[in-house]
Amino acid sequence: MKILSLFHNILNKEAADKVLGEREIPDVQPGCILQMRLQVPENKRRESTLKGIVIARRNAGINTTFRLRRLVAGVGVESVFPLYSPNIKEIKVLDRKKVRRAKLYYLRDRMNALKK
Amino acid sequence: MAMAAVGIGGGGGALGLLAPRRRAASWSGAGGAAAAARRRPLVAVVRASYEAGVGVMATKVGMMTYFDPATGKPVPVTVVGFRDGGNVVTQVKTAATDGYDAVQVGYHGVREEKLTRPELGHLGKAGAPPLRHLQEFRLQSVDGYDPGQPLDFADMFKEGDLVDISGKSIGKGFQGGIKRHNFKRGLMTHGSKSHRALGSIGAGTTPGRVYKGKKMPGRMGGTKTKIRKLKIVKIDNDLKVVMIKGAVPGKPGNLLRIAPAKIVGKNIPKN
Repeated sequence: MKILSLFHNILNKEAADKVLGEREIPDVQPGCILQMRLQVPENKRRESTLKGIVIARRNAGINTTFRLRRLVAGVGVESVFPLYSPNIKEIKVLDRKKVRRAKLYYLRDRMNALKK
Repeated sequence: MAMAAVGIGGGGGALGLLAPRRRAASWSGAGGAAAAARRRPLVAVVRASYEAGVGVMATKVGMMTYFDPATGKPVPVTVVGFRDGGNVVTQVKTAATDGYDAVQVGYHGVREEKLTRPELGHLGKAGAPPLRHLQEFRLQSVDGYDPGQPLDFADMFKEGDLVDISGKSIGKGFQGGIKRHNFKRGLMTHGSKSHRALGSIGAGTTPGRVYKGKKMPGRMGGTKTKIRKLKIVKIDNDLKVVMIKGAVPGKPGNLLRIAPAKIVGKNIPKN
């Protein structure tokens, strides 16, 4: 069983390495201001560009996700993306704000403090 | 009549021989054949469900995400691995010798000291290594299976196949009706005294007893559970692991029984 449970780590790492071989993934941390190109399968595989601030990251091997908060027409929108999703074509870190929290949920109340 | 599936686990082959004989009398008293079987106990009427094909045993490793290459969507998958020793056919039972057709499969190679001598003798007869677990797959016909034959998952199943997976579920201990049977809760406030209580368990003087099988608090989980029609997402031949969409019973390390999915009309006859 000890050896079998290792398989889990191996599989996670293998899958992550495979994605890393295909595209570069920067160090996405809370406080990062990102610009990313996303392919939307529902929308005839059209690519869209999103820009926003990362307010949380959840580490879980291949299932690692980050939470992006942005303003769409003056309304705050949060979306969760799997870091290793093949639908994410490119991630660019535009800026790294200095933050002292792992989860920046307080930005929901004052989005203007760290303008997107 | 012997075909009628009564749902005695396919794995309980030895039990299947004994139990049905008792039940044949009480269940289908009007049936002439059942009465005949009762008079001649040598002709055992075996009532058990058939499998759609020979399956294997495996060990749960854990869950992870798999990204579907076509759509890029994340799919929740359970990783299932195989212990050393793999799966080996340890006995082929036929109607002529055992009264029913089944393939007995052994799994999980262990040291010889771990088994008793009768167990070693049984496995030695088939030319199989010492194996910890034995299970039977009851079939319509057992052609093409020989004792000692190793069973490789990759040869038996392919990606996209549907499988039935059974195993022991996680034990939850003694639980109330709300968790165990999805009962409704009572009001917590407004003077209510019935918070998580069961409520009525039946009428009064008539019938004057509680019906058998009444859903009540008790031990939950830790029983054999079968999850049907799970899809095989990926078979990894290097690591010898399989990814199956969805959750399977138990925690990592749990013994699982994987068999082809039973679909009535397709691989299981309608009656």
